[in-house]
Amino acid sequence: MQPLLRDACLDTLFMVWWSSVWAVVGGIPLGLLLVLTDRGALLQNVVVNKVIGVIVNLGRSLPFIILLVWLIPFSRMIVGTSIGPSAAVVALVIGAVPFFARLVETAVREVDHGLTEAAQSMGGGTFTVIFKVLLPQALPSLIAGLTTTVIALLGYSAMAGAVGGGGLGNLAITYGYMRHETGLMNVTIVLLIAIVTVVQLAGDLAVRRLNRRSGRQSAPVGLRRLWAPAVPKPRAATEAAEPAKTT
Amino acid sequence: MITTTGLTKVYRSRGREVTALDGVDLHVREGEVYGVVGQSGAGKSTLIRCVNLLERPSSGTVTVAGQDLTALAGRGPRANAALRSARSHIGMVFQHFNLLSSRTVQANIELPLEILGVSGKERERKALELLDLVGLADKAKAYPAQLSGGQKQRVGIARALAGDPKVLLSDESTSALDPETTRSILQLLRDLNQQLGLTILLITHEMEVVKTICDSAALMKGGRVVESGTVSEILATPGSELAAELFPVGGEPSGPDRTVVDVTFHGEAATQPVISQLSRTYNIDISILGAAMDTVAGKQVGRMRIELPGRFEENVVPIGFLREQGLQVDVADIKTPAPADALLKEGAK
Repeated sequence: MQPLLRDACLDTLFMVWWSSVWAVVGGIPLGLLLVLTDRGALLQNVVVNKVIGVIVNLGRSLPFIILLVWLIPFSRMIVGTSIGPSAAVVALVIGAVPFFARLVETAVREVDHGLTEAAQSMGGGTFTVIFKVLLPQALPSLIAGLTTTVIALLGYSAMAGAVGGGGLGNLAITYGYMRHETGLMNVTIVLLIAIVTVVQLAGDLAVRRLNRRSGRQSAPVGLRRLWAPAVPKPRAATEAAEPAKTT
Repeated sequence: MITTTGLTKVYRSRGREVTALDGVDLHVREGEVYGVVGQSGAGKSTLIRCVNLLERPSSGTVTVAGQDLTALAGRGPRANAALRSARSHIGMVFQHFNLLSSRTVQANIELPLEILGVSGKERERKALELLDLVGLADKAKAYPAQLSGGQKQRVGIARALAGDPKVLLSDESTSALDPETTRSILQLLRDLNQQLGLTILLITHEMEVVKTICDSAALMKGGRVVESGTVSEILATPGSELAAELFPVGGEPSGPDRTVVDVTFHGEAATQPVISQLSRTYNIDISILGAAMDTVAGKQVGRMRIELPGRFEENVVPIGFLREQGLQVDVADIKTPAPADALLKEGAK
């Protein structure tokens, strides 16, 4: 029993960690591009803006379980296998990048345009605006968004079992639900709650520290709403993405 | 120092065209403080943003410190290296300060120096020197959120000076501040103007600002400059709207058979106590109905509305006396709007 739980735990952490890393790598540039290519913005380009917008919406409208199965050939191409945690990571990344990109977009849009203008009036170019103004100013919101994304990924990863990805969610379904081992299911639920709590607290703490420094008030609205849907039942997990859309 | 010719800005949105600037010719001399006033929507803000090309004019040219920025910028919508380099030597301060809340005061002032590629040590030295100049030497490590409005604007001014500009653009820089803080910020701008020989172009909707620090002023209406000139030139213009706005006088005659006269002091002759001289010479009683006067550099500047007993015909001689003293005299109930063409030409030079 112990090694079963330990392996599931490690699988979950593996999937969530790597998909989060790639969500940041992919989501920040995409979110920035969504803002910067918009009408009247620094890199105004209606075509690019529309294309990215469509891709992001597409990625967000597919239920994750479908995405997971649909991406099997693609996973094989990328990581050389269509089963296991590595294959699940591919689908998690494809699901998380558009999700995080929208949160990045919102965070960057919140930055006062006057600050961009001030940087431009000093002779700053696009590079300066992005790296000295937009990203540093949006940092608290970006971290709040990342917290949301990590927790949503934890929910998504419960479905990784569909491609043999393992993880806590899978354990809860196969052993707890299908084999009626309620005790084991409860343990996994407690573990998942612990992980979510740690992630959320860490995120909140970082946001609060940054905000206190810059004199802004409490954490962005909606951060806490993601508590409830993050409980790892597949249906609840797909819905976890829904309230986040409004953040 | 700053010259705009035929500056026009037309905004197009959904087939509609809005003309924000309609052929603005502005000339700001080196070392002067030039105020542009007007109501909201008159185009002042567009004008100042066109000067450093944050807003691209639809037509016309902008020359700052001998550099034709409109030619420099080329056709593309994005700022090229030449324009960015020119901008780094034009300081700008904003109504809402626009400081980065994620950076300390010192790091905010270092930002323009980072853009210029100045080394870390030199940046720090310069930032601390500028903080000292604006009187905030002890706030280097504070964050903008910990400062008052006036202190934030001082940081904004220090930041604008980091690139050693010859020209400072002030976009409603005191409009978000209370009257006392406004005065101290204006005093700082005046000091910088005198100590560093900084040319300042400011836009404002507060006449008080123009009265306090401006050498010259222009009035904008509907995207056009309708009046401009030095403050004493404006006062010397009969029927000048800007003069009336700068020095508003009111007051109704206290009865029939009185002559109401507006007297304008534009700092040329009015060093003598003319009103009491008038009273004594002609042995008449004069009531002052309203006055807006200032003494600038020992000269009286402003307007006064006085009431003389008797009809206009009986007061021809006293009014003549006032005119002899070099004062601008308008009889209030006979309004003759005078053309401001002479001044406009002066301003365009």
